[in-house]
Amino acid sequence: MKALNRREVVASLLERRDGLLVVAGLGSAAWDCTAAGDHPLTFPLWGAMGSAAMIGLGLALAQPKRRVLVVTGDGEMLMGLGSLATIGVRRPGNLSIVVLDNERYGETGMQKTHTAYGTDLAAVASACGFADSRTIRRNTEIAAVRSSIYRGRGPLFFQVKVKRDSLPLALPPRDGAHLKHRFREALLGKGAAAQ
Amino acid sequence: MRERTSKTRPVEVIDWPAAIHNALKSQRVRQVSYVPDAGHKRLIELCHADRNMTTVPLTTEEEGIGLAAGAWLGGERAALLMQSSGVGNCVNALTLAATCGFPLLMLVTMRGEAGERNPWQVPMGQAVPEALRLGGVRTLRLGRAEEASAVANTAAKVAFEEQSAVALLISQQLIGVKSFEEKR
Repeated sequence: MKALNRREVVASLLERRDGLLVVAGLGSAAWDCTAAGDHPLTFPLWGAMGSAAMIGLGLALAQPKRRVLVVTGDGEMLMGLGSLATIGVRRPGNLSIVVLDNERYGETGMQKTHTAYGTDLAAVASACGFADSRTIRRNTEIAAVRSSIYRGRGPLFFQVKVKRDSLPLALPPRDGAHLKHRFREALLGKGAAAQ
Repeated sequence: MRERTSKTRPVEVIDWPAAIHNALKSQRVRQVSYVPDAGHKRLIELCHADRNMTTVPLTTEEEGIGLAAGAWLGGERAALLMQSSGVGNCVNALTLAATCGFPLLMLVTMRGEAGERNPWQVPMGQAVPEALRLGGVRTLRLGRAEEASAVANTAAKVAFEEQSAVALLISQQLIGVKSFEEKR
């Protein structure tokens, strides 16, 4: 299987990230974002599986002048599949979703997900009205993905086929209240954390 | 609205959905998500017509918990409208409120209470207060139209000023019982 290295993909998307707001789905996607550099404007999830895309939608609607990127896994996206239809209703131009698709539940013993049996997430997003939706299989396509995330008209969806390797853990802070406060303070300014 | 219940005595009917809408406005709620319920019909229409509110129809109620968390991260306040049957769909997503302390304002129209004619609504409806309590959500009750403004404002303050998860349970007695009779 020709597939990409998930850590390299995420590092490429998050380097020189400027004001990019990031939501990271639980499990490997959150570790990948942390490996690229823990950041106050990344909100990594440790639970609430299936919620990442909807958190991205709420954030994108609240901050229409900022770019919002959801980085998540195929299992997490499958649990919130309806949220693609919901995003398709409001179609925020500043929202992108990158699904790192290894076709496995990586945290629970590498069981196959539905994408291993053929579910085409990019086709689902396209059918839900995303402005652009693509399956990415080559490193040479990542520069264009990055450019779209930072400048393209959303909502955008990229299903990136990645290798099924188990990488060293890179854990973000676990305290949810801390993650929330630091995000709001970095985005909204001092004193915003508690308002 | 003014209606006559008898030929001699006109009574003022309180527009309780409008009172809730006004409470949401005054509490600066900007994102309103919902899975529809007949009991929320008018409030949903009022929110759609409000240019200061973004309405987000959901495929399932738990989506609204994520949406509210994202809105708060971005500096906006959200409210989530649902029928009592949707509370059961929310359980794991309530983790966001419990572990991160995200404000959460749920407005729940009750089914399965006194007079319910669909027995399938009863198990979830009856479990709602306990299910919410177990999920870390405080509950307030709205049973009478004249209390709608005060109770909705209180619920919003609990959510956003105390940064808590709160559900306002709107009694079936206030909404009316679904008749299952053909409309004429």
